[in-house]
Amino acid sequence: MAFEVSSELEKKIDEVITHYPVSKRSAVLPLLHLIQHEFRYIQDEAVNWVAAKLGLEPIQVLEVVTFYPGFRQNAPGKYHIRVCRTLSCAMAGSYELMDALCAATKIDRSHADHHHPISVSADGKYSIEFAECLASCGFGPVCMVEDDFHEKVDVSKVGELLAKYPV
Amino acid sequence: MIEACRQVGKLVPHYCYHPKLTSPGNCRMCLVEMGMPPRPAPGQEPQKDENGRQPIAWMPRAVIACANTVADNMGIRTDSILTQECRKGVMEFLLINHPLDCPICDQAGECRLQEFSVEHGKGESRFRENKVKKPKNVDIGPRVRLDDERCIMCSRCIRFTAEVADDPVLGFTERGSHTTLAVHPGKELANNYSLNTVDICPVGALTSTDFRFQMRVWFMSETNTICTKCGRGCNMEVGARGDTIYRQTPRDNDAVNSSWMCDQGRLDFHFVNSEFRLTDPMVKTANGTHEVTTWKNALGAAARSLEGLKGDEVAIVASARFTNEELFFVKRLAETLGTTLVDVVPRTGGGDNYLRADDQNPNSNGARTILGVEPGSKLASIRAGVASGSVKGVIALGENLIKAGFEKAGLEALKALVSVHILANATAEVSGVVLPGSSYAEKRGSMINVTGRLQRLNKAVKSPGNARDTWEILRDIVSAIGGGNGLHTIEDVFKQLAATVPVFEGLTLSRIGDLGVQVLETTETVPLLEREKERKAKGLIVV
Amino acid sequence: MMASAITYLPGKEPHVREHRLIFKNIDRVGYDPSIECYEQNGGYVQLKKAFTMARADITNEVKKSGLRGRGGAGFPTGVKWGFIPPTNTKPVYIICNADESEPGTFKDRYILHQDPHQLLEGMIIACFAVGAKLGYIYIREEFPMAAIIVEKAIAEAHAKGYLGKNIQGSGFDCELYVHRGAGAYICGEETGLIESLEGKRPYPRIKPPYFPAALGLYMCPTIVNNVESLCHVKHILEMGGETYAKLGTPNNTGTRILCVSGDVVNPGYFEVEVGKVTMGEVIDVLCGGLKPGRKLKAIIPGGSSAKVLRADEVFKLKDGRELTIMDIPMDFDTMAACGSMAGSGGVIIMDDSRSMSWVINNLNNFYAHESCGQCTPCREGSLWMKKISDRIVAGTASPDDVDTLESVANQIEGKTICAFGEACSWPTQSFIKKFGDELKGDCKPELAGKVVAEEGAIAAAGLVAV
Repeated sequence: MAFEVSSELEKKIDEVITHYPVSKRSAVLPLLHLIQHEFRYIQDEAVNWVAAKLGLEPIQVLEVVTFYPGFRQNAPGKYHIRVCRTLSCAMAGSYELMDALCAATKIDRSHADHHHPISVSADGKYSIEFAECLASCGFGPVCMVEDDFHEKVDVSKVGELLAKYPV
Repeated sequence: MIEACRQVGKLVPHYCYHPKLTSPGNCRMCLVEMGMPPRPAPGQEPQKDENGRQPIAWMPRAVIACANTVADNMGIRTDSILTQECRKGVMEFLLINHPLDCPICDQAGECRLQEFSVEHGKGESRFRENKVKKPKNVDIGPRVRLDDERCIMCSRCIRFTAEVADDPVLGFTERGSHTTLAVHPGKELANNYSLNTVDICPVGALTSTDFRFQMRVWFMSETNTICTKCGRGCNMEVGARGDTIYRQTPRDNDAVNSSWMCDQGRLDFHFVNSEFRLTDPMVKTANGTHEVTTWKNALGAAARSLEGLKGDEVAIVASARFTNEELFFVKRLAETLGTTLVDVVPRTGGGDNYLRADDQNPNSNGARTILGVEPGSKLASIRAGVASGSVKGVIALGENLIKAGFEKAGLEALKALVSVHILANATAEVSGVVLPGSSYAEKRGSMINVTGRLQRLNKAVKSPGNARDTWEILRDIVSAIGGGNGLHTIEDVFKQLAATVPVFEGLTLSRIGDLGVQVLETTETVPLLEREKERKAKGLIVV
Repeated sequence: MMASAITYLPGKEPHVREHRLIFKNIDRVGYDPSIECYEQNGGYVQLKKAFTMARADITNEVKKSGLRGRGGAGFPTGVKWGFIPPTNTKPVYIICNADESEPGTFKDRYILHQDPHQLLEGMIIACFAVGAKLGYIYIREEFPMAAIIVEKAIAEAHAKGYLGKNIQGSGFDCELYVHRGAGAYICGEETGLIESLEGKRPYPRIKPPYFPAALGLYMCPTIVNNVESLCHVKHILEMGGETYAKLGTPNNTGTRILCVSGDVVNPGYFEVEVGKVTMGEVIDVLCGGLKPGRKLKAIIPGGSSAKVLRADEVFKLKDGRELTIMDIPMDFDTMAACGSMAGSGGVIIMDDSRSMSWVINNLNNFYAHESCGQCTPCREGSLWMKKISDRIVAGTASPDDVDTLESVANQIEGKTICAFGEACSWPTQSFIKKFGDELKGDCKPELAGKVVAEEGAIAAAGLVAV
């Protein structure tokens, strides 16, 4: 997707910058969120654009982008899935959930590592990654599909879950 | 606390702390034990032991010496068991993912990892895992290379580029153990102060492209001297093996250059080793070619060519790159010849908002003080004299007259053209007598920088071939044309200076010391130092 | 107007042992996050009352209430507010820490989603008390809906004159904004959070000198409080500090929300008076006991960073009490006396079906992933611990590796910039202390001194890794 900031998006961006009257630099995270929301991931041009917008060096933005797993530098699938990996969910079966989701969406996770946490299905419809504690430990396993939160997703409910996200 | 410990002779090992940069406290190498006397109950006098000291209540956790300040009655343990355990632990952690490629690492020999692991390390590895892989041999700018696997993430370079050089192009990407030092893709670390990052890198992560793989540091000898690239006179160390210079690095002087110097200055030594160096005195023969000869012959030829020229028929174009001692003989030469046409070639422009002075000559203030001439004020009349024929002889000392605006034809028409140079150039080509002099690295002497500070040069290497110390050449010219003699050492020359020029009164070469002395009042300030003072006033840096 | 009878969604009814203050409106039938609903239920009355009080009196009430921070450290909230230097002339900021990310903890999410105005009211009162005219609510990225809901609540509060200029005619101006994180546990550390809010990598700051109450956001005095802590402020004002302090037990006052997960029949959240229920009651009464046929093996009592307790431990306390794990009252002080901590209130129950090697490995993966990488011990040690415990689970470790693992944890604890060092070393230390035999049992003695990593294997063969 070409990186071109619409006037509508720029209006939102300008508004959010006003939330930080003391230092524009504080707006790095919200700007990146707005951009990722629009473009699905943070492209190199976006990093430069944010830097220019806030009067920063591009590396100061890249430092932030690469720190947070919440920012993606590659395009995810149409529906991005995050499965909680941490203890309570793992005890409740989140690794099994991950396997079941990968099987159902035909995602090969064998190459996932620290630098490439996200795996995308061959058809680009789904992508998946493990996330650390999503803070619903009593109701695991939990996962997020896009911004939707799902609790107690045991393996038997995978089909039902994915049906909510038609490709 | 680190500085206080240093003052009492206790070196607290550290990586991230640098006195001229903010303290992030990230390396944890400087952990020490700290404690204060317990506060006495109201109305009670504090307890004291037989030495009059109060007992210390030690804190259970170690604290970082870089970020804590000292207070009255505070106790600090720099060698306790807890302190040693902390250092051992940190050393082990720093080494587990380090490539340990010391045999091919330029930093070897001056690497803090090596140093402290000898002093504080465990001496064995318990690490059974695969190391983290990171980018190697990355060109992060025209003069600096990065090996990320060697990096210990102390962030000194990042802080330097952000806080001192105002060019924050370096940063950390990724996180945790995968944290990676990087420049932004498409950007580079190219500012004129980039090589300071190499100096302050405590390990071999940042290396100088120029120095890389050139010389093992333990084979080099270091000489304290000053940079002559501009009027700042940054204090530096010349690193040489034999008579070859391999690198120049800044030396701390808070009145001149703090701990830094510019890349231009530090890399400006390759000409010293250059093949264009003049190595023998030469005299022009009848057929117009230069012939190598002895010093005696050359000096005689010079004296003969000047014979019969009176007063302002001779002009001297000297250099503000000369030392005070050399300029002293320029003055003598002028007096002996009876000429008032003496000047130096000015060079201005190129100053920056950091260390570079606008004056590109290192000793303009020396020329003003000793020759009593404003640089460049007489050049026009000398040039006119050469063009009109009223000036019949010129002595060119360390300056290429063609570059200084003289017409080649006018120079060729002169009765006498005697020159002293370091490198072959167009003026040497038309000179009747060419005398090979010494570069800044090959001599002792002194200069006065733009802020009026008298500083010392020291000899790091020998001059090539039969080239000689420039002050001796000048002395010998003076004596060849009938002037006085009697000065045999540079110390004697300085003594004469001290006796005749008021600003040097009471000084000797050795009294100048390694850090120089202020001899002139000027209004010139050093932008970088001013900002450093501001940071200190704000408490951002300690020293 | 108060609703005459409060009813809750089926299956979400509070347990009789609960004392709902903060969670009163959570899962309540007919309750929505709108300001109208909040006002109908007595909302913003305490804020109006606050404006009639002297600022110092509000802080005093909070001090008298004995409220201890609910984020994890349990530091007295009123005392924290009092740390702002009396001579301060700089702006003061308040940040609400809604970065809920301590594994095992899931309470703030419900407040943010279902009762955002309760938080706003508490926060505006706090702003007034400390003189903060600007505040941020730092919400973790994984709560996207919460961010939308709280932003809407802020807009509503603005429209009704509870935020903005001259709030309720008091002459006090205050603006609050939502700031979203992007997935980093370290942003729960208050100075890391502040750096993140300044648009930098969330590297925790060294203390001294950067104590937030003096040198916080933009180097100005800053109070960082947990969501739950700020909500309590409203109730403290309503009840009065002294009355509030009668809830719970001395020095462990008020209510707190326990989040129970793991191997129990009915995991979930329970708001109880601090110290008024025991661990045994949490498991057997609140959570319906262990799963059928299972025996208790271990409990992590206060979020994943809290030291693990073994089911058969007996705790001999200095005050003479001798407690089994089931006797421990759920309060700050007793839990600390038992060698762990009440932390964030996240209780993780493990039964005899769980491998302790697997559990500690899961946590070590978490901490290795979340270490910010700023300071040496944590950056290097957390990944090392993960790698060793990976091998213990994979069966390629020797018993010596367990000893190395323990000493790596010891080399981190107490040597780092922030409390993450303890957070990541305590689990390993306590699991080895209490389940070391089990961990060693998963190791192979024959691997002692043998090459185990592929890189090592290459080196052992005399080859150079490319």
